[in-house]
This record gives sequence, structure tokens and C-alpha cells, in this order.
Amino acid sequence: MEGFTPVLSTIGGALIGLAAIGLLFANGRIAGISGITAGILRPRKNDTQWRVLFVAGLLLGALLIRWVHPEAMAIRIDVSNAAVLLGGFLVGIGTRIGNGCTSGHGVCGVGRLAPRSLVASAVFFSLAVLTSWLIRHVAGGL
Amino acid sequence: MKHVAVFAAGLLFALGLGISGMTLPQKVIGFLDFAGDAWDPSLALVMVSSAGVYLLLHRRVLRRPTPLFDTQFHVPDRTDIDAPLVFGSALFGIGWGMVGFCPGPALTALVSGQTQVWSFFVAMIAGMYAEGTLNVSNRIVTGRGEAVDG
Repeated sequence: MEGFTPVLSTIGGALIGLAAIGLLFANGRIAGISGITAGILRPRKNDTQWRVLFVAGLLLGALLIRWVHPEAMAIRIDVSNAAVLLGGFLVGIGTRIGNGCTSGHGVCGVGRLAPRSLVASAVFFSLAVLTSWLIRHVAGGL
Repeated sequence: MKHVAVFAAGLLFALGLGISGMTLPQKVIGFLDFAGDAWDPSLALVMVSSAGVYLLLHRRVLRRPTPLFDTQFHVPDRTDIDAPLVFGSALFGIGWGMVGFCPGPALTALVSGQTQVWSFFVAMIAGMYAEGTLNVSNRIVTGRGEAVDG
């Protein structure tokens, strides 16, 4: 999976889009992973079961991928454990303050041409590119 | 049937992430790092393809009176660009650019069993809890910690 994978990435992207459309069609929800996960952490009445089911499906899908396409689980992270923890915390708190992540804003919101999601996506993509550049080319690692 | 449909959507979502290569932080960084030795445009295709499918199909779905298994659609209708949206997305972008994981791929990659993936996940959940407790977004808007919407 290293290097440019035009066919797999286009097919995979289409499946992500179809999954998000499927969720909208089935129960009218936005397939935003950060929002779905955060909703499980702070359960509200009649709003938890579908989230748990979606995440359960996601995890079973992940196991299937590990089985049929193990390259997708050959994960390499090039920063320190402290950076992993800080990065994870920023992703968690940032997606809650900004009400969404790559799926909710990036796929569903951009797909609906929603102004808030277009702005959010422009902001998080820009900051991700800038941060990655600062860490890997200016600081020489983190 | 509703349960099967929602479960299937989650399953398909993970297959898409795995096939597209987005479960690999090194591949995400390969895209974000324009100045790297071998820039990998794969993530751009994932975004165009996924958002493109949504763009093509969502209107047809939303024209229906209701979803199949619910009495209404739960689609956000806000259009205001406020400070929490920009500030939160900036923090998210920084974390994403540091490690190469966003929430969907991080969740999916848990089955790899790798310690760093689990560390990232636990820290991400802690970050979500932190906002639930600190309510930064409302502090930014009102200058206090009170909920604007009640």
C-alpha cells in the first residue's frame, strides 16, 4: 500500500461515500465518526443504540480487512509516544469543539456543500499540512 | 432491519477505509507532506471519490419524506461560521498532521493490536471527554462555560 494507489484509493473512497449515504438513507444520520463516538461517551436516551451498532459494524469491517487485506494494518507511526498521545488528545478535543472530523465535515459536509464543513475542512487540511511540514522538515522529527 | 442497515453501513465504512489505504498513518502523512521525497496523492482521490459519491446521491435521499427507519432526517442546518468551528478544526488538524490518524481510521486500526494505535485512541477519547467537561466551544462563544442552547 506504500506509494500512489489510484485504483484502490478511488474504490475505497467510493465505498466510504456509499456507507455514509447508506446511513443517511437508513436512519437519517450523518456518518461522522467523531460525533458518533462522542455520543456513546455521553449517552442520551434513544440515541445510543444506533451509534454502538455502527461502531460494532466498523470494528467487524476492520477485522475483515485485517483478514483479507492485511497490508492495511501494517501501521507505521514516525513520531514519539508522547507525540502520539498529544496528537490523539488534540484530535479528540478538536473534533468536539469543531463539531466534526474528516468523515462528518470532510465527506458528508463537503458532499452536501455545507458552508461550515467547507470551512472546517479547509482549516484542518491546512493545519495538518503545515504541522506535518514543521515536524518533518523544520524540527526534523517529534 | 434498521439494526442490520446501520451495522452494515459501519462495516462498509471500515472496508472503504482499509481498501483506500487510510488506516495507514504513513500513507496519510505521505499525502500531507508535500515536501516529502515521494508525495502520495492517494488521499486526494479518497476525498474526491467519497465526497463525490455523497454529492451525487444525498439529494435523492433527502428528497424522501423520511429515512427508511426513522421519522426524520438528522442533518445539521447551521450555516454560521463561528470561532469554535475554526478553532476546533485547527486543533484537530494539528493532531492529524502530527500522527496521521483521524478518528475513523484510528478506530478501524485498533484491530491491528498495535500499542501506539491504542495510545492514540485512549488519548483521543480523553480529548473528547475533556471537551465534554470543559465545554471550550461555549466558553469561546459566551466567555463563560454555560451552554448556549441549554
